Amino acid sequence: MNNAVPKIELKGLHKRFGDKVVLDSVDLTVMPGESMVIIGGSGSGKSVTLKCILGLLEPNRGSIKIDGTEMVGISTDERKKILTKFGMLFQGGALFDSLPVWENVAFGLLAQNLCDRKEAKEIAIEKLRRVGLSPDVGSLSPAELSGGMQKRVGLARAIAANPDIIFFDEPTTGLDPIMSDVINELIVECVKDVGATALTITHDMSSVRKIADNVAMIYHGNMIWTGPKDQIDQSGSDYIDQFINGKAEGPIKMEILKG
Amino acid sequence: MNFLAVIGRVVIGFLRAAGKIGLFAVNGVRHIFAPPYYPRELWRQMLNIGYYSLPVVGLTTLFTGAALAVNIYEGSSRFNAESTLPTIVVIGIVRELGPTLCGLIVAGRVSASMAAELGTMRVTEQIDALVTLSTDPFKYLIAPRILATVLMMPFMLVIVADTIGVLGGYLLATAKLGFNSGNYIKSTVDFLEAIDVMASLTKAAVFGFFISLMGCYHGFNTRGGAQGVGISTTNAVVSACIMILLSNYVVTEMFFSS
Repeated sequence: MNNAVPKIELKGLHKRFGDKVVLDSVDLTVMPGESMVIIGGSGSGKSVTLKCILGLLEPNRGSIKIDGTEMVGISTDERKKILTKFGMLFQGGALFDSLPVWENVAFGLLAQNLCDRKEAKEIAIEKLRRVGLSPDVGSLSPAELSGGMQKRVGLARAIAANPDIIFFDEPTTGLDPIMSDVINELIVECVKDVGATALTITHDMSSVRKIADNVAMIYHGNMIWTGPKDQIDQSGSDYIDQFINGKAEGPIKMEILKG
Repeated sequence: MNFLAVIGRVVIGFLRAAGKIGLFAVNGVRHIFAPPYYPRELWRQMLNIGYYSLPVVGLTTLFTGAALAVNIYEGSSRFNAESTLPTIVVIGIVRELGPTLCGLIVAGRVSASMAAELGTMRVTEQIDALVTLSTDPFKYLIAPRILATVLMMPFMLVIVADTIGVLGGYLLATAKLGFNSGNYIKSTVDFLEAIDVMASLTKAAVFGFFISLMGCYHGFNTRGGAQGVGISTTNAVVSACIMILLSNYVVTEMFFSS
């Protein structure tokens, strides 16, 4: 029996915008070193779940624990301390276009005063190399990079401060299949390198099969299935079967038509 | 009944917006004084707001000074008071036209640029990224912009605007209207008082505060995509201009109402 404290623990997470309930009651446990992938269709509540964990949105009720510490209702300073454990790869990269690439990668190190600028630049170049980018990319502006390169820089930024937990928001969206595979490989390697716990949200099944240890499916603001990646094809859930096989026919479609 | 409800909604909406802007301003100013500080970001903003606004501010006030001199000459010659031209030009420019024109131009340039930049950062999740990197967006984005604008408006832009505006009047008066150069300068210096300069610099600082506040507030609270950024930019410029004209009256009353 595993007595370790969960790295991330969500209980009864509820979030509404006006009358619209986006998260009904989300429960999720992610253990240390685990790579959890949350799947679900557009508008199912994946991004809102992630934003609640990151503290970008405040849930209406429920509990979010990181390493056993409650995140809901804590002070800004306490939250800031916990945020230093996080790394995040945003869907669109979210690189700061006023800064060169290396400063983007080293931003967290400099913001937390973990090192001086010279050392931060060296670390940034090393992290860029880790994601397959040459050192001269460091002096470019983010606008000069292709979509795949921006994702790699985003990944380098996410791992720069060796975080405990790395979040990935739709890491392969907008990329061609080959670049998607490259990014998936890099995610697996980088997460292993820094020994982090990973939480990914995606609807790309090739990412799921590559990145995940465990998978959770969110539907209408509830986790309807959680289990190991290799059991997803035998989940016994019509919702999951329909989602992973990408079929138009099935309960999800029927729900949409009813709505 | 419906009419009263509409009035009520408008008043409540206005008060809500004023409250939000007030809280945003307090938060922004508070973060100017609390560490950590971002001197590189402050320097970048000072350069962008101050140095890069100089050409447009200088050109505008140069021609305004010249046009003012023509108008005053034409008006004052009707009752043989042409000699008052240097005094009226310097007081008009320093007290009123220098800071106000400079404020309106900088509002168009800087307020719009702040709203567009912060709005784009909002819709592309760059502001969320700052939070996940343990950086307070108010400290990193808002405080340096407010401080840079409040410093650059009086101590660079309006000083230059006032000087070039007066120079515009001087050049036209001496080159076209036959004024003696030495007499013009003497009249200008003799009649300009310290309070005129103080009022000009105070107005500049106040305008700078509203320019950055409106640009930052609307940009930071942008919703939606490209259209949202466009709306924020328009709202930033319009509200900054309104606040400049309104505060101009208030500061003028404060200094010169006897």
